[in-house]
Order: sequence, then C-alpha cells, then structure tokens
Amino acid sequence: MIEPGLYNYWIVVILMMAGFFIVMSHGNLVKKIVGLNIFQTSVFILYISFGKVSDATAPILDEAYTEYSNPLPHVLILTAIVVGVATSALGLALIVRIREAYGTVEEDEIIAQDPDS
Amino acid sequence: MIAEHLPALQVVIPLLAAPVCVLLRRPGPAWALATAASWAAFGVAVLLLIAVLEQGVLSYHLGGWEPPWGIEYRVDLANAFVLLIVAAISAVVLPFARRSVAAEIPEEKAYLFYSMYLLCLTGLLGIAATVSSLSSYVLISLGKDRRALTAAFQYLIMGTIGATFYLLGIGLLYAMTGTLNMADLAQRLPAVSDTRTVHAAFAFLVIGIGVKAAVFPLHLWLPNAYCYAPSVVTAFLAATATKVSIYVVLRIVFTIFGPAYSFEVIEADLVMIPLALAAMLLASTTAIFQNNVKRLLAYSSVAQIGYMVLGISLGSVTGVTAGIVHLFNHAMIKGGLFLALGCVFVTLGSVQLRDMAGLGRRMPWTMAAFVIGGLSLIGVPATTGFISKWVLVQATLERGQWFFAVLILASSLLALVYVWRVVEAAYFRPAPEGAAEVSEAPLAMLIPTWLLILANVYFGVDTSLTLGVARRGAETLLGGAA
Repeated sequence: MIEPGLYNYWIVVILMMAGFFIVMSHGNLVKKIVGLNIFQTSVFILYISFGKVSDATAPILDEAYTEYSNPLPHVLILTAIVVGVATSALGLALIVRIREAYGTVEEDEIIAQDPDS
Repeated sequence: MIAEHLPALQVVIPLLAAPVCVLLRRPGPAWALATAASWAAFGVAVLLLIAVLEQGVLSYHLGGWEPPWGIEYRVDLANAFVLLIVAAISAVVLPFARRSVAAEIPEEKAYLFYSMYLLCLTGLLGIAATVSSLSSYVLISLGKDRRALTAAFQYLIMGTIGATFYLLGIGLLYAMTGTLNMADLAQRLPAVSDTRTVHAAFAFLVIGIGVKAAVFPLHLWLPNAYCYAPSVVTAFLAATATKVSIYVVLRIVFTIFGPAYSFEVIEADLVMIPLALAAMLLASTTAIFQNNVKRLLAYSSVAQIGYMVLGISLGSVTGVTAGIVHLFNHAMIKGGLFLALGCVFVTLGSVQLRDMAGLGRRMPWTMAAFVIGGLSLIGVPATTGFISKWVLVQATLERGQWFFAVLILASSLLALVYVWRVVEAAYFRPAPEGAAEVSEAPLAMLIPTWLLILANVYFGVDTSLTLGVARRGAETLLGGAA
C-alpha cells in the first residue's frame, strides 16, 4: 500500500484557507455562506480523516474483523454537519429577509443604505 | 432521588418548555410558561449551588453512561455560580419581557420569540454553544430596525467562524490525547504538551471562544447586535451570553491546560493583558462618542469584558476572583441598565441621546435606576462595580503592576464620562420642543429593573456571597493544576 503521508492535512489547510478567504473577501452575502460552508467542511474532513485507521473496516461488530476505524470523531462530525446545515439554513433565511428589507444582497450596497450605522 | 438529577433538570426544563411554547401559539400563555420554566431553572440553580457548597463537586453521568465513554456533567463551584447568574438574570428578565415584547415584536411571532428565548437559555445553562448561538442569531434578527438583520447576519458569520475554530482546537486535542473529557484531557496533556499540535490547539480554542466572548479585538459583532436586538434580548444576552463564554475561557486556560502551561509555556498573558488593557481604554473611548445609548452601553460591555480578561490573565487567585466576581457583577449592572433602557424604549420608542433629553423629570423612576446602574458601572463605592474594581486593582498591585492599576482607574474615568453624557441629557437638558408626552414605564417593567439595580447596591455592600463563592471558585480552578 502506498504511504498516504500527510496529504489529508494539506487538503484541510487549503480548504480552510479558501473558505475563510471567501468569507472575508466577498461582499455577496450568499457567497459568504458558501465560503463558510467550505470552511466548516475542512474541519469535518480533519476529524473524519484522523478517525480512519489504516487497513481497518467500518466500526461494525463482526467476528471476521478486529480492527475498526474510530467511530467517535465520525459521530461528532455527524452532529457538526447537522449544526452546519442549520446554520446555513438560518443564514440563508436571514439573507432572504435582508433582501426584502434592502432589495440587495451586496454588503457594500447595504452599508450605503444605512449611512449612520 | 430528584436531587441527584438536578444537573440534568437544569437543562431539561427549559428545553422541554420551548417546543410547548410553539404549540401554545398565543403570546400570553407562551410567556407564562416561559416565565415558569425560567423560575424553575432558577430554583434548580440555587439548589445546585447549595449542594455544591455542601458536598463539593457533583458529577452527573448523562443517561447513566460512565465517563470517559458517556457524557459527564461536572458541576463545581465555578460553573454552579455561572449557572446561577444565567438563571437569575433570565428569571428577572422574563417578567419584564411581556410588555416589552408586546411593544417590539409582532403579536403573531411572540410565541416563537419565547420559544427561541427558552432554547437560548437551555444552551447557556447546558453550555451547549451551538444551541444558544443559533437561537441568539434568531433573537437578534427579531429587532424592529432592519439593521437588526444585518447585525444578526454578521454575528452569524463571526460566531460560526469562532465555533469552527473551537471545534478545530478540540479536534487537535483529541488527536493528541484520544479523549474529550475535560478531566482526562488535563491529565494526558502534559505528556504531549510540547508539540506544535497542542500549541495550535490552544490558539484555536482561545481565539474561537474569544469571538463569542467578544474579547477585544474580536468584538466587532457585538455593538450592532446589542444595538438593534429587541430590548429584552439585549438585556439577556448582554448579561449572560458573553459571561458563559468567559467561563469557557476560564475552563480552557485553567482546567484543561492548567495555569502553569498557559502562562509560563505559551505565555498567553503576554497577548491577553495588552488586549484587555486596549479593550478597557479604546472601547470606553468609543463609547463616549456614541449617540445611541444602547450602542454606548454595548461598547462599554466590550470594555468590561476587558476587565474580566485582565483578571483572568493575571493568573493569581485574586486576579481570577476579580474575573469571576466581575462576571456576576457585570451581569447585574448591564442587565439593570439595559432593562432601564428597555423601559425608555417602550414608552419613548427611541434610545437616541437627543430624544432622551429632559427624560429625568418625565420618567423619574426609570432614569433613577439608570443613574444608580451607571454609578455601579463607573465603580462608585457601595455598588458592585466598586467591588470588582477593588479586587482587580488589588490583584494588579499583588503582581507589582501599579501601571495596570492606573489604567483601570483611567478607564473608570472614561466610564464616568459616558455615563455622565446620558445623565446630562436626561436631567439637565430641557425636553425638545414638541416632544411626545410620555409618562413612567409600566410597573411590570419597573419592578424587574429595580430588582437588578437594588441587587447592585445590595451586593456592593454585602459581598460575602459573591466574593466568597468567587474566591473559592478561583481556588478550585487554580488548585486543579497547582
């Protein structure tokens, strides 16, 4: 088997920075949510990848196998994914309301409409 | 029998009441249920504190699973104290909420408001950060002003980034130690503490939770969120949400990593002390230039969080005591002040300084409450604010840092200036021409306000409960690793 090395961590780092950059640099609120999702996903991948044990199977009790992946990080991330979905849904719902109130989802145009804030 | 399950009851009561509120659909019954649930939670919190004072640490295994496999709720003095703060503020704020919510939130949405409020309370009591933050985004977005929406969105983005950082930090710790239980973490960390992974985990955890706690300079979401949220939400969140996060900082720094590691190996105090001082001075100065009184108080909150962080990062028993005692005192100060502003908002429909001109004669009770709360914020003797600052100054002098003590006093002077601006407008300026005739706020709102304000005076004179518990809490936190 080829030695996997640390490439999973590189993917995590790249995804994380990409997502973070999108959140910070884009003025479009929907794109911000997209960035936020990528950002969160990177952490999910981190957890899932270090729960994986080389040459082990899924953690299902069976006499034929003795080595299992660690289910705990996976369970944690299952919860985190649900939270992530809820956050995105709430964020998108807020965007709908913002769009109703301001008629735009661009951050700079929104700020321009509320000069004194 | 029931006493064994107190730690779980604390969370379960508001959690179950929340969906029932949705089923009730009418604001009146929903409010009554929310109030009852909140009072019950307060009762449980009092019992818990008494139990902890008598028996020491309580350990509760959710669902009967033994740690480290199951989830363990550990209740010691520090978190029993925080639970008491949250539950007490909620028990006072809810009776106030009825009129305030009726004035600020459309009637058909009121039951949803109470449901969200209870969920937020659940999250804060159970230290379940995601529950409380998601519901607080919703609560903030319910503000009348459309800017409440953008404020909530900004909070959502920053809060989620903070939570994700926190998750990442936990993940890195788990990768190094193979456990998520705080006590086990503290035991196993020293063996691996010199690795870069653990250093990074520390940074991610502190910064992640720092966003939620609005530690300067991660406070950008706070002024807008507090400013445009409904009055009740502002009072509740200002008094509790940041406090719970500060408590989590305490846990991370002292329980998981231990003071020796945090302050001697990582030297977190080198970063935290300057930031705390900057928060005290810069946020107070910004507060002086605000024309919206809610926003003024929000900036002042950022400064007050600076005091707490300063106390914590001094790392001595006195310092941590100052931090914990200020958690409690600031919850009462800001709770009382924001409730007074809620009274103003309900009758006047605005909290702009220019609209509040001459209000001292038209709403004498409300403004008197505001003045006493303001005095406490400044730290005048015989108020709680004085106690916190006294202990904090003591802690800095213990370390021989008289320069910090001077800065604390300077920041108090700045507080004097911004509180004075409100007092000056309310008492020494004539009411503007054609101002709406307003009379005193309804009694149902005044009583909760005065309860918190009088608590300020009471705990400023009799400090045995607050200081005593805070000191013992600080000793347990520091003793864990010393």
